Amino acid sequence: MQDILKEMAEVVRDPFDYGWKLKTISGRKIVGYVCTYAPEEIILAAGAYPLRLFGTTGNIERADAHLQSYCCSLVRGVLEEGLRGGTDFLDGMVFPHTCDSIQRLSDLWRMNVTQGFHVDAVLPVKLDTQSARQYMIDVLQRFKTDLERELDCSITDENLSKAIRLMNEIRRLLCRIFELRSDQPGLLTGDALYTLVKATMIMNRARSREILQEVVMKMEAEKSSSEEGTVSHTKRLLMAGGICNQPQIHDLIEAAGGAVVWDDFCTGSRYFETLVATDKDPITAIADRFIERAVCPAKHAGLSNRAEDLIRIAREKKAKGVIFLYLKFCDPHAFDYPYLKNALDQEGIPSLLLEVEDPLPAEGQLQTRFEAFLEML
Amino acid sequence: MPENTVDTEKIEKDKRKIKAVKKMKEIMTFYYIDAKTAAENNKKVAWITSGGPVEPLIAMDIIPVYPENHGAMIGASKMGVDLCEKAEAMGYASDLCSYARSDISCATVNGGPIGGLPKPDMLICGNNICGTVLKWYEIQARYFNVPLFIFDTPFCHTGFYEEMRRYVRSQVDEYIEFIEIAAGRKLDRDRMEEVGKLSVAGQRMWQAVLDTTVNKPAPMSAFDAFFHLALIVTLRGTQTAVDYYQELLDEMNQRVKDGIGAVPNERYRLLWDNLPIWYRTKWLSDKFAAHDACLVADTYTSAWCGSLRYMDENDFLNSMAEGYTRIYLNIGVDEMARSVCDMVDKYDVDGLVIHSNRSCKPYSLGQYDIQRLVEEKKGIPSLLIEADMCDERMFSESQIETRIDAFIEMLKGRSRR
Repeated sequence: MQDILKEMAEVVRDPFDYGWKLKTISGRKIVGYVCTYAPEEIILAAGAYPLRLFGTTGNIERADAHLQSYCCSLVRGVLEEGLRGGTDFLDGMVFPHTCDSIQRLSDLWRMNVTQGFHVDAVLPVKLDTQSARQYMIDVLQRFKTDLERELDCSITDENLSKAIRLMNEIRRLLCRIFELRSDQPGLLTGDALYTLVKATMIMNRARSREILQEVVMKMEAEKSSSEEGTVSHTKRLLMAGGICNQPQIHDLIEAAGGAVVWDDFCTGSRYFETLVATDKDPITAIADRFIERAVCPAKHAGLSNRAEDLIRIAREKKAKGVIFLYLKFCDPHAFDYPYLKNALDQEGIPSLLLEVEDPLPAEGQLQTRFEAFLEML
Repeated sequence: MPENTVDTEKIEKDKRKIKAVKKMKEIMTFYYIDAKTAAENNKKVAWITSGGPVEPLIAMDIIPVYPENHGAMIGASKMGVDLCEKAEAMGYASDLCSYARSDISCATVNGGPIGGLPKPDMLICGNNICGTVLKWYEIQARYFNVPLFIFDTPFCHTGFYEEMRRYVRSQVDEYIEFIEIAAGRKLDRDRMEEVGKLSVAGQRMWQAVLDTTVNKPAPMSAFDAFFHLALIVTLRGTQTAVDYYQELLDEMNQRVKDGIGAVPNERYRLLWDNLPIWYRTKWLSDKFAAHDACLVADTYTSAWCGSLRYMDENDFLNSMAEGYTRIYLNIGVDEMARSVCDMVDKYDVDGLVIHSNRSCKPYSLGQYDIQRLVEEKKGIPSLLIEADMCDERMFSESQIETRIDAFIEMLKGRSRR
């Protein structure tokens, strides 16, 4: 298990080094993306590797000439790496339409990063009408054609079905890992869990699947061996927000006596929940998953669904409290916060809001806030 | 100071006063009275975004109310900080759009310059201007418990595609159905046709008004345009707007004939980018005028006539799909830069003044690139002001004053004029 986790941690620590190696060894194309509305199955069916970008761990210098300081650190970080050449191994980038900042990131990338092709997938913003669903299908069809042109290939239904099966399996495995850990948080640290999720989005998906299978096996084995006599004093928590770029944050939560047992995160359940149907036209099925899955707040699927989902998950997972972990300057999440918090308050579920940027603030500061919150639960 | 100097000054000032202002104030007062008494008169009120498709509402005799126009009024009356702070106390982050923050808290206290907006019967959210309006209108739909229609206009990074047209066009029908249900009656198609024609006529007239500033001196400035804009936003599709802009156009043409400029000794012609800084329009106007600089045009007010080329007055409902989608803010940064370059040529501009507006990410992110492209392509200098349209806490007077002074000094050093 330690070896597996080490491999994953290495990928997360330096995804660009991994990207170069993957490219050299496989000789295949790599397509970058920035959000979970990127249709990975179509990229895979084109014979390329989808690789998610998470910003930069370095300083922001070049991007400062293009983006104001009130733009989130994810968007600034992704552009920084593009300009710096960190992402030069990419054969192209796909920008699914989500928030105002990523929308402009797409423009700035197209105008300033010369390496590789650039494709937009201008998805609908509302997802709860028939015409929006039809438009979603049309956009994915266009994306498929764009990718065929850029990668000079033909994307067959057979390959799409294969890619769908692969991604569904990855989603099932991740879901299983989350469930096992929810049952017994001691099986895997939060840091390891979220490193797994992030690494999955970066790595060759076939390798991700192997690793996840092994992790599930090991966790199942360990679970049965330690089933008896486990009395956990861990305080069960949910985490909600956009992306978590620092899995280490979980060390602080765990040191304070808590464990995140489920989430509503773009680097979490929103990535793996809801499978793509295998009994219909592949593009339609991918579109339908985007319509049905838990939404990013930049999209609209109703007025109360996000609060209802959060409360349902909290109940199901027997969470004592919710930590909202938001990226500073992330407007869609910040707008939803008062409504979600009020909904939790009404259900008697306490919550804590943390607004962070890359890099994280000093450990002590966060530690104190987690301790105070967990004490209250 | 001798008395006659004071008189001359007053005469000079009066000469520059735009006479139509009085009428504009009357129209807006009447409009808000009408809106605030809608319930008593059995009329429905729809809140709608500034770039939203208002024409079907006008044709249905539903009163459109604009939270963004309200935001501008809140900003201009310097009530933004108080309302923004109230929103922050409600849990909204201080980085969020100050129009949204002001409007959200205002709805709960009926505050602001006109004691709050009339309650909506429905909400119409066109996301061609930003993603913020989606969140803002979701919040208001929950607060007022009224139906929300989202007019989803796909972003045109590099083009407007057939599937986009189909999607938006089908939403035009869904939208009409939505308001028919909300209003409890059918849309009169003849009336709709008439309103479509009036909308296009109003936009043309507004463009003609803005075009008068190609003259030297410019008969009006962007600061005037910020004020006179209200009608093309709120009463687009009405005869009132067409008539008013005809009157304003006549006045501007007369000023051109008489050689009256908005700024007494117009020496520098500047172009403004982004929303106004509502709580400082007068200060900024005076500041630039004192340097003989006139902001002759802006990217903001021209956005309400910028997609005219896609609109067909004889086929309004079909053409509005494209017209409402390809507006200034819903296009790529490079296309925006090209549009700014065109304006630099058209209005013969000496410099660019860029308001980096913390409230508006789709407008502001990308401005550095626009600045660089315009400097490169047009060889004109630019000034970047960091501020916010409504939240005065983001405005640093001394810093901005110094930067404006330095910018003008730099313009002086150039030998263009």
